[in-house]
Amino acid sequence: MTPTVVLPVVIGGLYAAGVYLLLDRSLTRVLLGFVLLGNATNLLLLSSGGVAGLAPILGVAEPEEMSDPLPQALVLTAIVITFGISAFLLAMIYRSWRLVRQEVVGIDEEDRRVAAREAMDADDLDPDDLDPDDRPAAHADSLHPGRTDTEHVDAALRRRHPGIASDDVDLPPTQRSRS
Amino acid sequence: MTSVLTPLPVLLPLLGAAGALLVGRHPRTQRTLSILVLTAVLAVSVALLLLADENGAEAVSVGGWPVPLGIVLVVDRLSALMLVVASTVALGVLVFAVGQGSADGDEETPLSIFHPTFLVLIAGVSNAFLAGDLFNLYVGFEILLTASYVLLTLGGSAPRIRAGITYIVVSLLSSLLFLAAIALVYASTGTVNMAQLAVRLAELPEGTQLLLQSMLLIAFCIKAAVFPLSAWLPDSYPTAPAPVTAVFAGLLTKVGVYAVIRTQTLLFPSGALDDVLMWAALATMVIGILGAVAQTDIRRILSFTLVSHIGYMVFGIALGTTAGMAGAVFYVAHHIAIQTTLFLVAGLVERQGGSTSVDRLGGLARSAPLLALLFFVPAMNLAGIPPLSGFIGKLGLLEAGVDEGSWPAMVLVGGGVLTSLLTLVAISRVWTRAFWRPAAAEPAADTARAAASDAGPDTTPDTTPDTTPEPAPEPVGVAAANGAASPAPSAGRGRRTRAAARERAWARHTAVATATTPSEDGFGDGSRGRRPGPEQPLPGVMLGATMAMVAVTAALTVVAGPLYGYTDRAAADLWDRTPYLESVLGERNAP
Repeated sequence: MTPTVVLPVVIGGLYAAGVYLLLDRSLTRVLLGFVLLGNATNLLLLSSGGVAGLAPILGVAEPEEMSDPLPQALVLTAIVITFGISAFLLAMIYRSWRLVRQEVVGIDEEDRRVAAREAMDADDLDPDDLDPDDRPAAHADSLHPGRTDTEHVDAALRRRHPGIASDDVDLPPTQRSRS
Repeated sequence: MTSVLTPLPVLLPLLGAAGALLVGRHPRTQRTLSILVLTAVLAVSVALLLLADENGAEAVSVGGWPVPLGIVLVVDRLSALMLVVASTVALGVLVFAVGQGSADGDEETPLSIFHPTFLVLIAGVSNAFLAGDLFNLYVGFEILLTASYVLLTLGGSAPRIRAGITYIVVSLLSSLLFLAAIALVYASTGTVNMAQLAVRLAELPEGTQLLLQSMLLIAFCIKAAVFPLSAWLPDSYPTAPAPVTAVFAGLLTKVGVYAVIRTQTLLFPSGALDDVLMWAALATMVIGILGAVAQTDIRRILSFTLVSHIGYMVFGIALGTTAGMAGAVFYVAHHIAIQTTLFLVAGLVERQGGSTSVDRLGGLARSAPLLALLFFVPAMNLAGIPPLSGFIGKLGLLEAGVDEGSWPAMVLVGGGVLTSLLTLVAISRVWTRAFWRPAAAEPAADTARAAASDAGPDTTPDTTPDTTPEPAPEPVGVAAANGAASPAPSAGRGRRTRAAARERAWARHTAVATATTPSEDGFGDGSRGRRPGPEQPLPGVMLGATMAMVAVTAALTVVAGPLYGYTDRAAADLWDRTPYLESVLGERNAP
């Protein structure tokens, strides 16, 4: 029995894809990222038992030919936990969509207020504050494409007062109802 | 005796949760059941504490499986102390929550999910404290985290969902890191039993040890909110109902600290990462408290002091001495009680004053002198004013730092003193503004406009007398944003327009930040719209629970001598490791 190279490669690929998705603002992508990361971790846990062998049942196989049963038991537990939490996350995303018609990671408004209270310094650049054309490709679908009258005014304000941080005069478009 | 008692702190709350779920339609029965269960857990924990102090560590193999194979629960002095403090705090918070529930008039439509979830949370916390193998620790973490996800998003209003998502994603990431670390530990040692690991990990190459240790520490430090990994906490805690925030602030981060203690003493006693932890502790203390000084909302101030004071415990752990560990364990016990109490008091302040923003509160010392006293004592305790237990804990840690004597330790001692002073600054700002200064002419309320008025310069409402309609604070800010934004195009030019636009922007921001939907559950601060006015007295049960918690924090001061002796013995056990190993592996097999 020789170790296989497939598992490490698959695990690495899943971790990379999972982390990439987790860094997105869109919650559905975050959920998918979490699922990928969870599967990567489960595979890692499974492969920690060493090379695969026969089913670990006494009488079916000799003890030295068996695969290690403990990681399998651990993986089963981990799968159940991942499954339950994925379901809960889905419910949260749905609730978020019902409430504010957005499914992106929210902004801590109080934090912004406190940050702006003393000196009006710009917060971290938020993709939602950018012009739709300037947003990263991944965000185009999670935001509202249409420009309303208020957005024209806000853009004009930004031209006229370039020194002011965008979130002083402009809310992320996602907080604005489409009406 | 111990073998019967040890599983009870996990089993009782789980069974109680099942029972509470079954009687969900009878709120009175449900409340009685949960309070009875937690009282029993407290009694069992006290018994375990006495037994552990007398006989040393004891291990119980669940289901009778031989030791390295089955699940082991271990009670030593540290875990017994943590159990006692945790169950005390949980009981206090539960009584407070019951009081709040009946005061808000949810006799008709009770929130049947709160009590079962709360009990599951306590079961998870107990399981984490008792776990004798890494995977069981992971399961304990998952139980308490899953329960905390539900509690944090109770009612499902927009701010809670927003905060909950941040919290959940961060917690999930740390859990996955922990799980991956377990996989690597198993791959390199072939066991997840902590006592066996203590023996086998030492035989690994140094690089492997360092990798495993840092993965475990990162996972636990996220949960404990140590500085570079702490940004999630002040975002997510303040939005939850007062009792939930209180129990989270008291217990959840300390479970992370407990896991860090186990990692640093039992699994990797070589102290390889002590320097890193030392600097992380300094950053946690100073940056956390600077954040607290900048805030204006009481709950956020408390959240930041929570982060900051985690630094003290990490400092004690990173010193790597018995005195440092004893100080850290004492500080954990003190901080669980004090932080929970302060969040409960913040809940009362919000009921009394209608707001938690110190810019809008005032005159509470005159209108509610008892509440002022209830705030003053734990606040001074948190800041470390002698002779209270906070002072004793800090003094112990600083002495341990001076004894250790290396220059990073001395820098940390300086940082600790500075943090203590800045805590006093942050706390006294709350005191002078919310309690001491005369009350405002009109009653405070968390409306969007009120919040906007204390936003930034150039945003005073009087620059735009009538162009902005009063934004309705009611539906989650979307409608408010709409109403405030619509007249924008027709407004004038120049500075006036700019100020008006800013004010509207702030109104919209703060409407989202402060407004919550009137909740159907009648639980917690979801009921902002129909909070009793300042004239109504605070409900007796809530007041009583808070007074009991304040009494507990004061009692920690009274019993500080014996308690410090106990933590000294616990710390000696932790560094010695033999009691733990002997209890699990038997006296023959222990090295």
